[in-house]
Amino acid sequence: MSTCGLFFTSYRAEDAVFPSRFQKLCVAAFILALAACPLFLNTYHLSILNLMGIAVIAAVSLNLLTGVCGQISLGHGAFLGVGAYAAALAVNSGAPFLLALLAGGGAAAVVGMIFGLPSLRLKGIYLAIATLAAQLILEYLFLHWEAVTGGLAGVAVPSPVILGFEFVGDERMFYLIMTVAALCTLAVTNLMRTRPGRAFVAIRDYYLSAEIVGVNLFAYKLRAFGVSSFLAGIAGGLWGHYTMYITPEQFGIGQSISFLAMIIIGGLGSVQGAVFGAVFITLLPEVLSASAGGLSSVFPDMATYFLAMKEGIFGLTLVLFLIFEPEGLAHRWRLVKAYWKLYPFAH
Amino acid sequence: MEYYLQLVINGLVVGSIYSLVALGFVIIYKATKVVNFAQGELVMVGAYICFSLTVQAHLPFLVSFLMTLAFSVVLGMAIERLVLRPLIGEPIISVIMVTIGLSSVLKSLVQMFWGTQIQVFPEVLPHEPFVILGLPVAPVYLAAFVLSLALFLIFSAFFKFSSIGIAMRATAYDQMAAASMGIGIKNIFALSWCIAAVVSSIGGVILGNINGINSQLGHLGLKVFPAVILGGLDSLLGAALGGLVIGVLENVCEGLAKDLLGLGGFREVAAFVILVVILMVKPYGFFGTKEIERV
Repeated sequence: MSTCGLFFTSYRAEDAVFPSRFQKLCVAAFILALAACPLFLNTYHLSILNLMGIAVIAAVSLNLLTGVCGQISLGHGAFLGVGAYAAALAVNSGAPFLLALLAGGGAAAVVGMIFGLPSLRLKGIYLAIATLAAQLILEYLFLHWEAVTGGLAGVAVPSPVILGFEFVGDERMFYLIMTVAALCTLAVTNLMRTRPGRAFVAIRDYYLSAEIVGVNLFAYKLRAFGVSSFLAGIAGGLWGHYTMYITPEQFGIGQSISFLAMIIIGGLGSVQGAVFGAVFITLLPEVLSASAGGLSSVFPDMATYFLAMKEGIFGLTLVLFLIFEPEGLAHRWRLVKAYWKLYPFAH
Repeated sequence: MEYYLQLVINGLVVGSIYSLVALGFVIIYKATKVVNFAQGELVMVGAYICFSLTVQAHLPFLVSFLMTLAFSVVLGMAIERLVLRPLIGEPIISVIMVTIGLSSVLKSLVQMFWGTQIQVFPEVLPHEPFVILGLPVAPVYLAAFVLSLALFLIFSAFFKFSSIGIAMRATAYDQMAAASMGIGIKNIFALSWCIAAVVSSIGGVILGNINGINSQLGHLGLKVFPAVILGGLDSLLGAALGGLVIGVLENVCEGLAKDLLGLGGFREVAAFVILVVILMVKPYGFFGTKEIERV
């Protein structure tokens, strides 16, 4: 919490990721608490946290493209898939895990930039439809390019091995996924306060003014697509190594939509928001199935309705957030912090 | 050759349904600049309502068809009032996401009420096929084509000659100017959603008569995008032609891919490959209005 006494004497200090000592302490405490999680939680809860970690990477990367640079992408799920398949291919042909993960990211970046090419001419709805086409074309490739993707049957992926240490089971994967997620989040946070990051924001706010002050629109839009899909590919590679088996339906349009929902519910353009959104959307079905389990003693038909309801409640949450809290959870979080900052002496 | 002729005719039938759905999409986009990702779900809801009135409530087909249309009017109005109106003036991504959320809600409601199995409509039209150009064509196919054509003509005339249609065009052209001439913008928005819902549910009923209905019918909504991009996002004629062209092209591409490359299921993706090409070459389609920006 930044207090009233916090003031800066240089731009550098104001631009820091964690401007006050209290914030640094909070982050350290959070990391410690996270690292201690495997001591207290069972495998099921850890697996939810793992999925959350992967979702955080995906949401943060999509947020960079859509929230920060303003380029709507309905194809992020497929970019994730490209990373997953490329990493699986690399590992299965003998590459070490870390190299394969980077290869997955690289492949996704190339594909993302190819589908980002139309972004020079297309804006808004047209770009959204172009990326939707990318999603469906890639999905078709996953299903039918059987030499690489194994088609409907999918591909098996071994557990990741780094320097002879094998990451087997949820507990070890937890540390791997959380480390990568933290690195990606930190990288994006830092990217946003560099020259390219500010160029992205300028393009989002008004592309014509951005061009007039010297931002090369095409180069920066392409870079946004590249970086964002690279991170999506990393998330995909991790996903493949975590689930150990990848099939085309894991990277469908529903996945792309849920990533978009994460950054909308979290708050567009804020890294913190993307993290909140990823946590929220991953937890939503878990909370629902827990409550459905509780209710099934009262309403025995609950289980049959549950599958249908899950998607409906997801949609309803999205609609309600857009109507009543369009700035997302990040905004609500700021309001809560502002309230407690002066409590109990609000002026 | 006969195989391809059959593919073209099938394509025209499917395409005429794409045209109907695209018509609804374009009407909404023209008047309100909202991109509706829930168009396919409107089709599905219409089909299920008609199905349940005919089969489960044992009403005569014509009565249940008219009741379906009445229901669609209410549904369209409710969606506009409850979901879209609070988002007027919000960025484009919010509007896209709210219609995506809406489509999830509609899909899940249909699954809750009617389950996920395929339901079969009762036979309304005779089974005996007509023979056109030496090929047998089922009456329901012909009905689909004729009905789409009729609706397109009706709406073209409506937009050209009726005062409400002219008011809707004025709103699409310039909301501020339309409002200052005494046109109720909010009513126009509600009306355009009503019309879109009605047109879509007609498409749904026809489709139900051809293939039966299931809860995956909403995927049809995605096929609207190639059609409207080809024709131009804000052109009725473009939507009608675009739907037909996409229907034919995807069928022919499917046939070609199977014959020449041995690829299966290319139909699903052909339309989107065409879409990418159109976007690269002619992003405003054949009849769309070019957006010209001046600083």
